[in-house]
Amino acid sequence: MPDLIVIGAGVVGAACAHYAARAGLDVTVIDRGPVAGGTTGAGEGNVLVSDKEPGPELDLAVLSRRLWRALAEDAGPGGFEYEPKGGLVVAETPEIQRRLAALAALTAASGVEHTVVAGEDLRGYEPHLAGGLAGGVHYPQDAQVQPMLAAARLLGHGSIRLRTDVTVTGFTRSGERVTGVRTDRGDLTGDAVINAAGTWGGEIAALAGVELPILPRRGFILVTEPLHRPLVRHKVYTAAYVTNVASDAAGLETSAVVEGTPAGTVLIGASRERVGFDRTTSVPVLSRLAAQAVALFPALRDVRVIRSYCGFRPYCPDHLPVIGPDPRAPGLYHACGHEGAGIGLAPASGHLLAQVLTGRRPELDLRPFRPDRFEPALRPDRFEEPA
Amino acid sequence: MSGQPGSDPVTCDVVVVGGGPAGVAGALTAARRGLRVVLLDSGARLGGQYFRHPAVAVRPGTAGFDRFVRQARALDRQARVLLRHQVWAVSRDDDLVVHCLAPGGGAVTVRCRGLLIATGAHDRALPFPGWDLPGVLTAGGAQALLKGDGVVAGRRIVVAGTGPFLLPVGAGLAGAGARVLGVFEAGGGLGLARHPLPALARAGEAAGYALALARHRVPYRTRRAVVAAHGERELEAVTVARLDRDWNVLATRRIACDTLAVGYGFVPQIDLGVQLGCDTRADVDGSPVLAVDGAQRTSVEGVWAAGEPTGVGGWRLAELEGRIAGLAIAAHAAPDAPAAGRVTEALIRRRGRLRAFGRALQEAYPVRPGWRGWLRDDTLVCRCEEVPLGRIREALRLGATDARSVKLLARPGMGWCQGRVCGYAVARLAGEPPGPPRRPVVQPVSLGTLAEPPHPLSWKDLP
Repeated sequence: MPDLIVIGAGVVGAACAHYAARAGLDVTVIDRGPVAGGTTGAGEGNVLVSDKEPGPELDLAVLSRRLWRALAEDAGPGGFEYEPKGGLVVAETPEIQRRLAALAALTAASGVEHTVVAGEDLRGYEPHLAGGLAGGVHYPQDAQVQPMLAAARLLGHGSIRLRTDVTVTGFTRSGERVTGVRTDRGDLTGDAVINAAGTWGGEIAALAGVELPILPRRGFILVTEPLHRPLVRHKVYTAAYVTNVASDAAGLETSAVVEGTPAGTVLIGASRERVGFDRTTSVPVLSRLAAQAVALFPALRDVRVIRSYCGFRPYCPDHLPVIGPDPRAPGLYHACGHEGAGIGLAPASGHLLAQVLTGRRPELDLRPFRPDRFEPALRPDRFEEPA
Repeated sequence: MSGQPGSDPVTCDVVVVGGGPAGVAGALTAARRGLRVVLLDSGARLGGQYFRHPAVAVRPGTAGFDRFVRQARALDRQARVLLRHQVWAVSRDDDLVVHCLAPGGGAVTVRCRGLLIATGAHDRALPFPGWDLPGVLTAGGAQALLKGDGVVAGRRIVVAGTGPFLLPVGAGLAGAGARVLGVFEAGGGLGLARHPLPALARAGEAAGYALALARHRVPYRTRRAVVAAHGERELEAVTVARLDRDWNVLATRRIACDTLAVGYGFVPQIDLGVQLGCDTRADVDGSPVLAVDGAQRTSVEGVWAAGEPTGVGGWRLAELEGRIAGLAIAAHAAPDAPAAGRVTEALIRRRGRLRAFGRALQEAYPVRPGWRGWLRDDTLVCRCEEVPLGRIREALRLGATDARSVKLLARPGMGWCQGRVCGYAVARLAGEPPGPPRRPVVQPVSLGTLAEPPHPLSWKDLP
C-alpha cells in the first residue's frame, strides 16, 4: 500500500510526487491520460517572480524559483530546458513606467531582484524591441522550463510508480477519512491522497464531497516558425499583463507576452477568457495576439505562425492556488488551482506538502492557500447575497 | 445573397475549398443551379493532385482529363475561382467565414452560408533510414513535378511504396524519358492479376499503366520495399528488401539510383472539418475521415464534404461526390425548387459501387506493421524537428501514452509541416491509429498578415 496517491500527472502532481518520494514516502501517481496531458501540456513554462504583487503567492514563487534551479542542477543535461533567461516588463507610457518601478521596489523585500531600465536602454536588453517605449523593469530571476519534460523528469524519481490512463471515479472512506481512490481499474488505498488535477481539481474534490471553485480560464498561444537567430532574448511582456493576470473579468483580455524557446520558435501570448472548456479557435483572439506582438517587436511582422494551441488555466476567484490538507475530508490534500502560474509554483507546492505529510512545519505559511477558504462562513470579505 | 452591390462584404451561397475533381464538380453543379459560388484553391491551376494541369503543354490521354478541363472552363464562366489562395482557417459567426491568404500574402475573408470541403489528400509517408536525403520524394511529389512543371524528377529512378498510385507514377516517369529501375510494391499476392477485375476494367487504367511499364521494361515487383536510402549529400543508392506478409525484411539488395519516389497511400486532408467540429470516422485503414450522410453533409450545419476527405476512393468517386454535394447544397438553398436537379437514385447507386471499389483497393493495400523494423534508433521520424526514433521511444518510457503526449515530450509534428508527414508513423509508434488532426492554423500565416484586418470579399470581387 502506498503512503501517498497523487491524482494528476501534470507538473504540480509530478512535483508533489517528487518531493514526497525524496522525503521517503512510497508514492503512486495516477492520471486519466498521459503525463502532462492537461494544462501542463498547453503552457509556456513560465517560472516568474515578476508578475506578482507582494503577498503569499509571491513568497511561493520566490521559493519555487529557487527550487526549480536546484531541480535543474540535479537533472543535469538530460533535463527539461531550464533557462534562467530573465524577464523584461515594458511600459508604454511614463505613468505606467512609474507604477512598474514602484511595484518592483515593493517586491524587493520579498527577495525579487530587479533593475529599472530607462526607455533609451531597453534595446541593450532586447535589440529588436519597438521604439517609443517609456522604459521597463528587468527581472533576472525569471526563468523558463519545458513543462512537459519537466513533469516527466520529476516523475522519473526512482521510487515513484506512475499509472497512466487510470480515471478516478470516487474515494474510499473510513468514516470521514479518505483512505484511497476508486478508479476504473479498481480501488487503490493509501494513507494520503493529493488532488493535483489542475483545472479539473474541482471535479475531483466534488467526488470527495467537498467544493473547490476552480474554473477554466482559456488562453491561446501562437507559435512561430523556428528562427535561425534568436530575435527575443528574455521573456518580454507589457505592463498590461500584470493587470490582466490579477483581473476577475470573464470577458476576453489580451496582453503581449513574447519569448523565444530553445527550439528556435517564438511563443506569443497571452489571452484570458472564461468560456468553459471550449476549444474552438477564435480568429479574433489570434489576430489580437499577433497585433500586440508585432507592436512590441516589429521584426516579427514577416515571421510566420505555424501553430496555435489553447489551454485552460485553473482559475480560483481569489487568484491563489489551493494547497494543503482539507479539514472537510481528512486524508485528502489539494495542490491545484494555480491558474497561469502552475509551472512556476509547482516545486514549492510539492515541497511544502511533502513537509506537511512528513510531520514537519512547512517552510511557508499555508493558511492563505487553505482549501476551505471559499466556504461562505469563512470568507472574511464576503458580500451579502440577495435572498 | 445578402449585402448590396458595391464594396460591402458579400455572403455567398457556397464556398468550395479545393479545385480537384470533387471541388470543381461540386462548384459547377451548384453554380449551374443559380447559386453564387466561390472556389478557392492553393494551386496555380485547377486540377488538384490528380488532374494537375501541365504547365507547358496539355498532355491528353489521362482518363477523364478532357472532361475535367471542360468542367474547369465552364466553372470559370459561372463562378469566381480564386487560385493561389491558401485557406488557413474557417470560423463561424452568423455565417461561415473562410480565412485565406491571397497571392500577395494579404488576408482575405470570404463569408458564405454553405461550405464544401474538397481538400483532397496528401501522400502518406513511412520513415526509413536515409529518407531525408535530397533525391527522396513522395510519389505524389514526383508526379506533381512531372505533371505540373514538366520536370522529370531524376534520371535513374526507383518507385516504391504501396497502392495502385505507384503504377501511374512509374509509367509517367518512364514515358517522360526517365530510366525507372523498378516499381516496388510492398503489398503482395493481390498485385495486378487478382484485382477486382471488373472494377479495374471499368477503371481501365491499371492495365494501361502495366502495359506502359512493360513497354519501358520497368520491372514491377510485389513484397518488395525500399528500407534504406544511402548517399553522402544526396541519394546515391537504395536498399530494396524482400518482405514477408507483415513487411518484415527477409533479404536485401542495393540499387544505385539518384531519385526515389515513395508513397504508402494517402492521408485525407480534413483539417478544416476538424476545426469546425465535424464528426469523423475511421476509414478502412484507420485514418480519420469526415463522416457524411447520403447527401455528403457533415455533422455541422452548412458544411458538406466530398472526395478523399470523406474516404480515399480516387477521382471518379471524388467527382461524383462533388456533384452530389453540389446538388444537395442547391436543394438546401432552395428547398422549393423543382425536383429536376435533385440527387437521383442512379447517382447514389453509382456512388455506392465506387465506394465499394475504393474500399476494396484500400483493403488490398494495407500498411503492415513490419515497417517499424526498418527503423534504427537514429532514424529520423520527424524531419522538421529532427526527432529520431530513439527520442520517441524515450518519450514513451517517460509516460507518453498516445501521439499527442509523444509530441509534447519529444516534438515530432511540432514543426513546419505540423505532422502531415510524420503523423501516421508517430501515431502507430505510440500504439494507436492516427487521430483527427488538430491544426487551428492550417497554413503558415505571417504575424503581420494575421495582425491586420482582412479584406472581406465584396460584390465587386464577384463575377
